[in-house]
Amino acid sequence: MDLLALNPVALFATLILAATPLVLAALGELVVEKAGVLNLGVEGMMILGAITGFAAAVETGSPALGMAAGAAGGMALALLFGVMTQVLLSNQVATGLALTLFGLGLAALIGQPYTGIKPPPMPVLAVPGLSDLPVIGSMAFGYDPVVYLSFALIAAVWLFLGRTRPGLILRAIGENHDAAHALGYRVVAVRLAAIAFGGALAGLGGAYLSLVRVPQWTEGMTAGAGWIALAIVVFSGWRPWRVLLGAYVFGGVTILQLNFQALGLPVGAAWLSMTPYLVTILVLVAISADRTRTAIRAPASLGRPFAAMN
Amino acid sequence: MILLSVEGLTKGYPGVIANADISFDVARGEIHALLGENGAGKSTLVRTIFGLVRPDAGRMQFGGAPYAPLRPGDARAAGIAMVFQHFSLFEAMSVAENIRLGTGLPGRELAARIRETSAAYGLPLDPGRRVGTLSAGERQRVEVIRCLLQEPHLLIMDEPTSVLTPGEAETLFATLRRLRSEGVAILYISHKLDEIRRLCDRATILRAGRVVATCRPGEETAQSLAEMMIGAKLAQPAAKAQMLGATLLEVKGLSLPPDTPFAPALTDITFSVRRGEILGIAGVAGNGQDALLASLSGERPAPPSAIRFKGNPVGALGPGARRQLGLATAPEERLGHAAAPTLSLTENVLLTAADRARLARSGLIDWGAAAGLARAIVAAFDVRTAGVDHAARSLSGGNLQKFLIGREVLQRPEVLAVNQPTWGVDAAASAAIRAALVRLADEGAGVIVISQDLDELLEISDRLAVLAGGRLSEPRALSAMTPERIGQLMGGAAHVAH
Amino acid sequence: MWRIEPRPEPSRAMQAVTPVLAVGLTILLGAGLFALLGKDPVAAMRILFLDPLLDPFARSEIAVKAAPLILIALGLSMGFRAGVWNIGAEGQFIMGAIAGAAVGLAFHDVQGIWLLPLMTLAGALAGWAWAMIPAILKLRFDTSEILVSLMLVYVADQFLYAMVSGPLRDPQGFNFPLSRSFHDSATLPVLIAGTRVHVGVLVALGAVAGAYVLLAHHLFGHRVRLTGDAPRAAGFEGVRAGAVVAACLGLSGALAGLAGMFEVAGPAGQLAPSLPVGYGFTAIIVAFLGRLNPFGIVAAALVMALTYIGGETAQLTLGIPAAATETFRGMMLFCLLGLDLLVRYRLRRPVAA
Repeated sequence: MDLLALNPVALFATLILAATPLVLAALGELVVEKAGVLNLGVEGMMILGAITGFAAAVETGSPALGMAAGAAGGMALALLFGVMTQVLLSNQVATGLALTLFGLGLAALIGQPYTGIKPPPMPVLAVPGLSDLPVIGSMAFGYDPVVYLSFALIAAVWLFLGRTRPGLILRAIGENHDAAHALGYRVVAVRLAAIAFGGALAGLGGAYLSLVRVPQWTEGMTAGAGWIALAIVVFSGWRPWRVLLGAYVFGGVTILQLNFQALGLPVGAAWLSMTPYLVTILVLVAISADRTRTAIRAPASLGRPFAAMN
Repeated sequence: MILLSVEGLTKGYPGVIANADISFDVARGEIHALLGENGAGKSTLVRTIFGLVRPDAGRMQFGGAPYAPLRPGDARAAGIAMVFQHFSLFEAMSVAENIRLGTGLPGRELAARIRETSAAYGLPLDPGRRVGTLSAGERQRVEVIRCLLQEPHLLIMDEPTSVLTPGEAETLFATLRRLRSEGVAILYISHKLDEIRRLCDRATILRAGRVVATCRPGEETAQSLAEMMIGAKLAQPAAKAQMLGATLLEVKGLSLPPDTPFAPALTDITFSVRRGEILGIAGVAGNGQDALLASLSGERPAPPSAIRFKGNPVGALGPGARRQLGLATAPEERLGHAAAPTLSLTENVLLTAADRARLARSGLIDWGAAAGLARAIVAAFDVRTAGVDHAARSLSGGNLQKFLIGREVLQRPEVLAVNQPTWGVDAAASAAIRAALVRLADEGAGVIVISQDLDELLEISDRLAVLAGGRLSEPRALSAMTPERIGQLMGGAAHVAH
Repeated sequence: MWRIEPRPEPSRAMQAVTPVLAVGLTILLGAGLFALLGKDPVAAMRILFLDPLLDPFARSEIAVKAAPLILIALGLSMGFRAGVWNIGAEGQFIMGAIAGAAVGLAFHDVQGIWLLPLMTLAGALAGWAWAMIPAILKLRFDTSEILVSLMLVYVADQFLYAMVSGPLRDPQGFNFPLSRSFHDSATLPVLIAGTRVHVGVLVALGAVAGAYVLLAHHLFGHRVRLTGDAPRAAGFEGVRAGAVVAACLGLSGALAGLAGMFEVAGPAGQLAPSLPVGYGFTAIIVAFLGRLNPFGIVAAALVMALTYIGGETAQLTLGIPAAATETFRGMMLFCLLGLDLLVRYRLRRPVAA
């Protein structure tokens, strides 16, 4: 076993690749939950985004269009969830599960002709001069635009929720939808918008997975990433910056176990493959053990159905 | 000068006509009362005026122009503000954020304006405080200040004093009188006759969704107002036999930490109940009533000897074991706590009667016996329902409460503790419930009635104590309690609480 | 414009009718989906829903596939009624299969009538234990059972791979990740000669009867309903919430483990990474489609089993990919949840004033 074979700079780059889909999906779900909606269909939206993005990129040859199509795919599925839960008032937990089951099937169906194809490569956003700096240059610069977009989105969501009036309204609706309705805010419209945003980010995260991180299409390739994104939202205590932290912790665990597998440790590959899931459980336990804190931070109307009488 | 006029407003919901052909008007600079029992249609009417409900028929004019709000924003733009009965506040957010949400005012100078306005009206508020940490009275202040910052022409107040101590209510009245002198019209909804007589210039009285009278409350007596409101005289409960027996329940030094971040802790609660006695526990909601009932029911365990039933420590026993002994309870929240909303009345009987009424043997349910008991309750308490196999939530509030009190009473408990037994219940059902509690005591049970309705407690209690900030005053015979003393106990507690 | 109005209480008629409507709506939407794929929709629907009913062997296969779905869905339905969301039945199924197989393989050179009961016990226990992990974490730390039970599916999946490529690998298997084939004592007896209908089908039907008694005539069913409808009311009755969570998760885990053991000792005949085919997830759809009612679950499981059999034929004859039938099943749950509106609400067209 040779731990020194792990090159920290290369490791950091793969960590960024592994964490970015989680950042995107978890950030989207955070906004959805802040609006008081629990969408358990992240996994389904991610994998649908992975294949619509992949297919669009292959067909058009443009990775940017692929990313856009991934977001659109995730958003379309999310809107289905939105109509079901907000208009038809179906149970959010059950509908989220249905979304995941349906999304996995639909993605596999769309993906049939795309197995084993290489997608067009994503260009790297090189900053002249800075990217050529030793170590720092390749660590801080030299990623694709989506990585920087994920950081920008974290900041944007943080500003939106904490500093803007629409963000305040969205949080108010997540806290107490009856009061928000009584004050004249459009609970259903705001929630639908949040759900669509969450779906777009989940789809974008999925597209990043199939176009950049892997990059190819295989059935079931999200392998629970959507569920881990849900766990990251709990871990974050519904705060955007901690989503970043959570995604990088989980991304790090994934990268480490993959590298350990490559190093040929005496432990079987299957045992190492379990670790991201086990770590997720451990982190969830550690976070939820502190009951009073999670209880206060979770939006008070989370998962509760809303129907206006008028 | 007329500010708001309403003509022929009608609104129906499945099975009920909430408002039928309602016409009335409100003038500038007057405090206009909307008076009626629970369910008379007051809330629907004001929600229509505020743009939350769309009427099936009818017209409104505001400030001389046609007025048909589609949403509260339209109402606010026209100059109407409303303080809700169940506050429309966001507990996890600050006072300033709440006011921003309710007014649309920009965030920058808001904190200063809140301090300014709240000080000017004698209703001090800290803009940075989290609303969840405020008392009920302070929360109402947030709502009032939120309205005042919009400089409204018409202020609607829905049952504003139901959560206030007498002292807090006086402060509110002073504010309202001042607003009246500034030319603001106030639509004041209440069923408390005394305060309407003292405060309001005119009153429109609703019964079963219709306007039945308009009057000047100052020229009416409480009795004449009540008769207009109810449409009939109410039966007074039978005089009580003053024969108190042995002590049944003894609570001594009971303290419990708060179970939610915003509830008060119970501190050193001590009282006892004897055979044939009704102990009234007064107090403003949110002062530990729920926790006290939960500790009596067994939902929140206590040190064993803090609660003694006929001398035996029961503090550590669960709800089922306490019921078996004969200690029954009825919580405040009917749907979701005392009863399961979508389960049938028969199945809801199992909730508290499975063991004591032997409705299940080694776990197997005797559905016939359960339905029989449910039908017996329906018959004995005149519960209006289509049948005992219908869901609990299909009953009206008053009928469900009669069923739930009946469920306990028919099991012949030795001690029954009830929390807000007539809250939101119509007058006839309230009277029936009070009569049932009095009868139970007359038959030798000990009864504890926790209620916000002081009139109710003065009517049926033998002794009275006040719960405030999680502390209970020493129970005293009713003759030793004056309204002033009760008010002091309720108000003084506000300082202890926060 | 139509308006949505809450009913005073859920409509029982709609509760019974909507699953049938959902299946019908799914067939329409599915036909559209297959037409989009360029397949003959009528032929596809005939193969999916009709042909398996006409062929005797296919009919017996429906029972073989419905049995695990019924067992798992029965357990899940208890939890779903109580608001306990075990969505990791697939993992409990896998663990049950591994434990049952491990016992069978440990006695690969011993014959005996006691072996199958021992394997059954091991399978149920393993499924129970795997489900108790989210139960204990929920009770002890208030951790979401949804996320934990789901994460444990991936762990179980890897564990299965580790087992068949390690301790349980067939020594004569040329290093393929497969176990030995079970000998007679470790294989479930077949009920009807010439088919794969095994004793597990009978056990599933027995479980239906048991679940019916538990739900309709026992206080346990009452407490489960009560907890799901109004947790505070359950606390007021004196039901310990923790006991309901543990019972629901434990029971569904044991039943899923049992299904896993039956699958490995019945149709599969050996432990292989390809054993889990998603019964644990499909059972979620079965539970909802069956209205969380034991008899409804039987009907729903039969419909779902039909799509499995028909799906295989459609794949062979029409080239309709397996993913299409998977999508089809997901659609069915969607349609049902959407139509659920009719149970709790009614549509009314207000009379024009």
